[in-house]
Amino acid sequence: MSTTHELVEGHLSQSLENLRTDELLLNMGPQHPSTHGVLRVVVTTDGEIVKAAKPEIGYLHRCFEKHSENVDYMGVAPYVDRLDYLASMNNAMGWAIAVEGMVGIEVPRRAEFIRVITAELQRIASHLMSFGTYGLDMGAFTAFMFGFRDREMILDIFEMMSGARLLYNYMWVGGVSRDITPEAIAKIKAFLDYFEPKIDEYNDLLSFNKIFIERTKDVGVIDVDTCHSYGLTGVMLRGCGVKWDLRKEVPYSIYKEVEFDVPVGSGEMGTLGDCWDRHIVRMREMKESVRIVRQLIDNIPSGPHRGKVGKVVKVPAGESFSRTECPRGELAFYIVSDGSAKPFRVRCKSPCFLNISTLDELTRGVMVADLIATIGSLDIVLGEVDR
Amino acid sequence: MTFEEIHQKLLAKFPQAVQGIEETVPEKSLKIHPEHIVSVIRFMKDEMQFETLGDLCGLDYPALSASCVAYHMQSYAHKKVVRLKCYLPREGAAIESVTSLFKAANWLEREAFDMFGIRFNGHPELRRILCPEDWVGHPLRKDYQTPDYYNGMPVPLYFDNPNESTAGNAHK
Repeated sequence: MSTTHELVEGHLSQSLENLRTDELLLNMGPQHPSTHGVLRVVVTTDGEIVKAAKPEIGYLHRCFEKHSENVDYMGVAPYVDRLDYLASMNNAMGWAIAVEGMVGIEVPRRAEFIRVITAELQRIASHLMSFGTYGLDMGAFTAFMFGFRDREMILDIFEMMSGARLLYNYMWVGGVSRDITPEAIAKIKAFLDYFEPKIDEYNDLLSFNKIFIERTKDVGVIDVDTCHSYGLTGVMLRGCGVKWDLRKEVPYSIYKEVEFDVPVGSGEMGTLGDCWDRHIVRMREMKESVRIVRQLIDNIPSGPHRGKVGKVVKVPAGESFSRTECPRGELAFYIVSDGSAKPFRVRCKSPCFLNISTLDELTRGVMVADLIATIGSLDIVLGEVDR
Repeated sequence: MTFEEIHQKLLAKFPQAVQGIEETVPEKSLKIHPEHIVSVIRFMKDEMQFETLGDLCGLDYPALSASCVAYHMQSYAHKKVVRLKCYLPREGAAIESVTSLFKAANWLEREAFDMFGIRFNGHPELRRILCPEDWVGHPLRKDYQTPDYYNGMPVPLYFDNPNESTAGNAHK
């Protein structure tokens, strides 16, 4: 008669023989909390190991480029807000700069100041969202609450300035739609005083949290060559140590006149270019944005808030490719004009589109939990991926 | 490195490939013969420090009866973007894929195929990316007609009279 031990052993070896080891096809999304929107990832798993992760996009395709060919240049501006709906101000600024460059419109200095202030506040709001949702992905709920609480204050300021909370239609060709009021300036100052110490608090809470570091270090590592091959820009590029920021290198608007640093990843916690590096670059960029707004908020010159632009913007025939630094990378508009009231072709080069295309390469052979960490660190907005 | 220097350098290396300059404002473009596009881009990447493919997109010119692919070569060293344009016949447009040089081209070429029907030879999986797989037609072509039905579902037209609003024209 066999002992209990032998019985268990026999049973175990038998069940191991019958164990199914074939790959499992897992459909993640389009409605999945950690895909940050309607992204679908077809994941092939072998147990806990990801064999392949193919992103399927297009669920939020709203024909931006087709619509643009059928409305005039001012009419495109509200559509542009809806690309990256977490950073509407930055998108709209990109569009305004692209059109102004083609027409040769001089933007009043007061408008430039207001633009940069709002764009940097929007960058903070966007990074706060990224910080919050990334915390949520990693199982830290408090970060999400804190991020949303502070973002709400920025949205309040924007509501004061433009009348809307999310999609502002604020940056118009030639300037901004409404002047900034003293009340809004006071509110921005109060926000800066409140927010600046909070960044350190959030770093203590999440960025230097041992569990968070363990989840994100050495995960989703991108090197410079991969970045260039995939055309990655913005935080993705800076995360792997390249000091490249369009605001610094090819300055537009009044970024030449303000002082700020470009934070880059340095592999502090693990490998250079891992998820943690990208996260910390975002956190440090918020500090720089506060610095930029502080330099400008007290010195807004008087004058008009919009240049002399007719009701219909007349764009001469030509082609222009204009890039701006958005929170998620370099957003570019390629405009082809044939001299008529409507654009002949508008092409939006979206940074998120290229960011998410790296997913398959980044997550080959990692654990399923690391797949979530990687998607979160790419900080994609599907509105911009699908356009 | 100015645009003219880039033009001269490419012209010296590829006399048959560079077809001329498109004198558009505010930026000019280089016209490249479609047959040589891969070698031109490889040369720019390896020898001229244009490290990144900033963008790749299609264009449709019914007046010239041509389709076009525009490549935006981006350089961090020169802080510059240069646009290369390849004109193709409008019907049955096909060009060599640059996926072997830039991985970014994979999705960008899929999008150009989806929107314009331009075929990229040598692409690993040339299928639609933004539209559904069974969508008919290529939406960004100028002669595109919005279908009345998709899989039995009526495609909504938001304005009865397209002349009333500019937005309604989007469907015509």
